[in-house]
Amino acid sequence: MNWNFVIFSIVKIVIVIGVLQTLAAYAVLVERKISAWIQDRVGPNRVAPPFVKYIPLAGPVLTRMGIFQPLADGVKFILKEDFTPAGVRKAYFWLAPAISVIPSILVVAVIPFGSYMGHQKMVIADLNVGILYTFGIVSLGVYGIVLAGYAANSKYPFLGGIRSSAQMISYEISMGMSVIPVFLIAGSLNLSRVISWQAQHGWLLLYAPLSFIIFLVAGFAETNRLPFDLPEAETELVGGYHTEYSSMKFALFFLAEYSNMVAASGMITTLFFGGWTLPFWGLDQPAHTAWIGLAQVLVFLAKMAFIMTLFIWVRWMFPRFRYDQLMDLGWRRFVPLALANIVITAVVLWARS
Amino acid sequence: MGISDILFYVFAAMTLSCAALVIANPFSRNPVTSAMFLVLTIVSMAGLFVLLHAFFLAAVQILVYAGAVIVLFLFVIMLLDLKAEARRKIKFYGLAAGVISVGAIVAIFARNLRSTPLHALASPTAQGGTTALGLLLFRQYVLPFEVISVLLLVAMVGVILLSRKDSK
Repeated sequence: MNWNFVIFSIVKIVIVIGVLQTLAAYAVLVERKISAWIQDRVGPNRVAPPFVKYIPLAGPVLTRMGIFQPLADGVKFILKEDFTPAGVRKAYFWLAPAISVIPSILVVAVIPFGSYMGHQKMVIADLNVGILYTFGIVSLGVYGIVLAGYAANSKYPFLGGIRSSAQMISYEISMGMSVIPVFLIAGSLNLSRVISWQAQHGWLLLYAPLSFIIFLVAGFAETNRLPFDLPEAETELVGGYHTEYSSMKFALFFLAEYSNMVAASGMITTLFFGGWTLPFWGLDQPAHTAWIGLAQVLVFLAKMAFIMTLFIWVRWMFPRFRYDQLMDLGWRRFVPLALANIVITAVVLWARS
Repeated sequence: MGISDILFYVFAAMTLSCAALVIANPFSRNPVTSAMFLVLTIVSMAGLFVLLHAFFLAAVQILVYAGAVIVLFLFVIMLLDLKAEARRKIKFYGLAAGVISVGAIVAIFARNLRSTPLHALASPTAQGGTTALGLLLFRQYVLPFEVISVLLLVAMVGVILLSRKDSK
């Protein structure tokens, strides 16, 4: 067994999961801040441990930004009473939050978040069928929600579970078909090679804009974000599939939603925005020094943060779809559009070759 | 014994035991539990495909079966009221017929395995990629592939026709 490989893989996994969870936690804070600005409020601005205000210069700023809010939220979730309602199906009630978190963490394994640092490739698993792995894992995410709705043994969560199973399967189809032109153009399913193609020819966003739009909208639906958050629509279903959950189990659903959002942003960055590359300052070539490697990781994170801001921004700008409109959009608009997109791309590529 | 041998036995044991729990679970007659064990069966079968270097097949197995087909099973199970199904006892005749048919299949496998010399089984090579599979499907087997596609399409059109309400 190659111990070098094992050790570096474990280090990468730990760091990536740590960064992912931190990003998910701070995405909540960013979401609350942005929603506050959109609604002309201030947002979280109080939480800070007592010693922070004594730090010179930075102290007064840090206490006003709500930077410690995610920590406070985490402590609150852990300390709250973990209440199990009487009528639930116990085994599924315990399993569902875990099942919804696991896929959201596993997805990031194939996303290249940088080129090289030293001799280590900055991707956990450089699979040849990278994108198929992603879709396979993403498609397992629906079980958490369906089982949560089933386990709760009450009407609103049940409706949420049913809705989510129909919604996520429908949008998986258009999502899967929307990326086929991307891989036709780039000529490989391997995400590292998709990125190196983009470094040579320019971002795929310019070549396949229709794919990008369909993928983005389907991404909103797959992560259950507004305007497609029908599984948990508060005004119709109380809280949807997680109505009966409290404390850390609820927090796991919350974490899963934001991790999914981070993963979807990473995927969009990789597929359409050139991943860790930038077309200038020599950042489009695999790095030779650790500093350039680090800069490329930061480029990737910056692009991801941009897409995540888009996700959050959209949530507070648009009303929720009606259920039949959602299905209509998924099946009667996006599926034919994605099919036409595949055919047109294939014909253009064939004509040019 | 390398790590892939150990993994093979783990996945094989998981596949068999989960598959047995799908059809005859002594602890629960709940259809949702059966469906979830079917998911586990399929995921561990995907693990076996990965050990054979058939990465594409493994990914598609999870994507299509675990990710879509069984979610639809769950959808149907949850929409229908299956309390009677959950209370149903295992019937003797059904059990006997099942044991006989499984026994017959095992007997056929065992006879074939004994007549095949073990060294004739070639070690798997990394040919399970999309390129190799695509070339096979669209060159050598293009007619069967298209016929199956048309068959599926016919089934789908039939379902839509049957489930449509009369628009008149």
